[in-house]
Amino acid sequence: MFEAPSIGDLNIAATLPATLLALGACIFLLVDLFVPKDRKYITALLAAAGLLTSLVLALLSLMNIIEFGSGETAFAGLYIADQFTDVVNVVVLFTGLMGVLVAYNYLDRIGKQRGEYYYLLLFTTVGVMFMGSAGDLVTVFVALELLSIPLYILSGFRWPQEQSEESALKYFILGAFSSGFLVYGIAMIYGATGTTEFRGIWLAVDEIIAQDLSSKYLLLLGAGLTLVGLGFKVAAVPFHMWTPDVYQGAPTSVVAYMSVAAKVGGFAALVRVFASGMSNFVLDGATAAAWQDTMWLIAALTMILGNLVAIVQTDLKRLFAYSSIAHAGYILTAVAAAGSAAVTNEAAQAVAIYLAAYAFTNIGVFAVIISVEKDDSSNTGLDSLRGMSRTQPLLAASMTLFMFSLTGIPLTAGFVGKWFVFKSAIAADLFPVAVIGVLTSLVSAYYYLRIVWLMYFEEGEPQVYIPWPLASAISLAVVGTLLLGIFPYLLQEMAQDIVLAFGR
Amino acid sequence: MPSDFAPISALLILSVAVSLIIVFISRLLGPFHPTTRKLSPYESGMQPFGEAIRRIPVKFYRIAVLFILFDVEVIFFLPWAVVFRDFKLYGLAVMGVFFFVLMIGFVYEWKVGGLEWD
Repeated sequence: MFEAPSIGDLNIAATLPATLLALGACIFLLVDLFVPKDRKYITALLAAAGLLTSLVLALLSLMNIIEFGSGETAFAGLYIADQFTDVVNVVVLFTGLMGVLVAYNYLDRIGKQRGEYYYLLLFTTVGVMFMGSAGDLVTVFVALELLSIPLYILSGFRWPQEQSEESALKYFILGAFSSGFLVYGIAMIYGATGTTEFRGIWLAVDEIIAQDLSSKYLLLLGAGLTLVGLGFKVAAVPFHMWTPDVYQGAPTSVVAYMSVAAKVGGFAALVRVFASGMSNFVLDGATAAAWQDTMWLIAALTMILGNLVAIVQTDLKRLFAYSSIAHAGYILTAVAAAGSAAVTNEAAQAVAIYLAAYAFTNIGVFAVIISVEKDDSSNTGLDSLRGMSRTQPLLAASMTLFMFSLTGIPLTAGFVGKWFVFKSAIAADLFPVAVIGVLTSLVSAYYYLRIVWLMYFEEGEPQVYIPWPLASAISLAVVGTLLLGIFPYLLQEMAQDIVLAFGR
Repeated sequence: MPSDFAPISALLILSVAVSLIIVFISRLLGPFHPTTRKLSPYESGMQPFGEAIRRIPVKFYRIAVLFILFDVEVIFFLPWAVVFRDFKLYGLAVMGVFFFVLMIGFVYEWKVGGLEWD
């Protein structure tokens, strides 16, 4: 006889930041229907308040001041509330808040001030939060859809402008493809292990390896297909084709949010599935997991292609699309390092640190691009920054800081992220990929510092438009980038309790 | 265990084999005198005109998408209703959450005028 669980067993309190935001998004959707067209700031304020509330809750949970619920799992193992969950929650909620700040005036300017924007953004945020806390492949899939579908709509938010529509359609079709790969991979993993829960998968993999069962090939296939599905989301080469077109066509405020949020979600799921669920998948007496070689090869390709192609770009949005591909490569290096059993936790911490550092800097960059963009979405070329230091010294200084951070120059957040990523790669004996990472970082200095050159040493009269929400977003990004760069122990302390490897 | 899937693969092979055999047996044993009339898409006299893909008002697509809302509802409600007694209050609460989320979508499409034809 089937025994129904009680509502108390679900441990819903442990999921409070995520479920609260989901409930908030649903209610704001209903409220927005009755908000008149010229008062959409109400919806924006509600969304910001919802994000802030969840952010505070997630921060309290991160600093272990309040413990929500009892125990680490909720919804019968579908949801894991551990330190990694808290870090992902804080990063993505902060990104969401910045997303609202940079979007409000931008939407006014492009004549698309609609309430839908804000709650679609909230739904995406909830999707990322559930992805970071997934304890089961089913959660990963549902969260991936919750993360992707609002982003498809947001990419096309500038209809009937053709570029925006094109980017939405491209993103949607390729996204549907990648979801198909992911589901197929999940089916294969389920076929090999008989479960979709990470802990169960981990135990089953142990047994498969110990007894050398033939289902290890099925598992290998499943791991590969899952990697394709998630690799698309984080824009890893060779699944990166959509990124430049979508980033260029979509409204810039959407790109600012999406370039961080989709990556956070994708990498959180990659770490959960591979580092947590399949870290013990070691074939034929090798020293590291079977997926490690593939992962670091993809990481190396991503870093090389992203950085080299970025050099020749003349459009800012396209340039930072390739830059975001390159950064996906750096984070993938850490994910690959997680394949060595001794380094798994350290590598997962490096991923969390890099994502946190990247979130601050990248949103700041796109906020600056929004400030120079014209209302008809033109003027996003490199020339639009020419001579900015004369007319807008503060803005130019902020952009310079972001460029330093993306290059990985010390005393900025980007340096701290790269430091931990390459440290974990060396700890896992992945010297070639660490060397490639450092070399490509040097290459990236060329196109990042060229922007600084343009702003300080060339003549020009850039027109900027910075209302206070955008200014505050840029200031927050500057403060975050500097703070995390000067006090790296902030990040280290936040991440050091992340334990993803299952114990025997 | 992969061996558990043996019956499925047997079924797969069997169904492919049977369909191939049926196609080829009728070709081998039956008389075969092709004419233009026989090979045309509609055999019984109609002259084919135009293309199969025609322009359809986009409203029909919208109705089809909106229909999914109720479609999903029925798909989930039916099995739930069958085992409703076993789930007790828990089942009611879970279905309540599902229904709440679904109804939000319904209210939205109603309020923005998605259900109106013109």
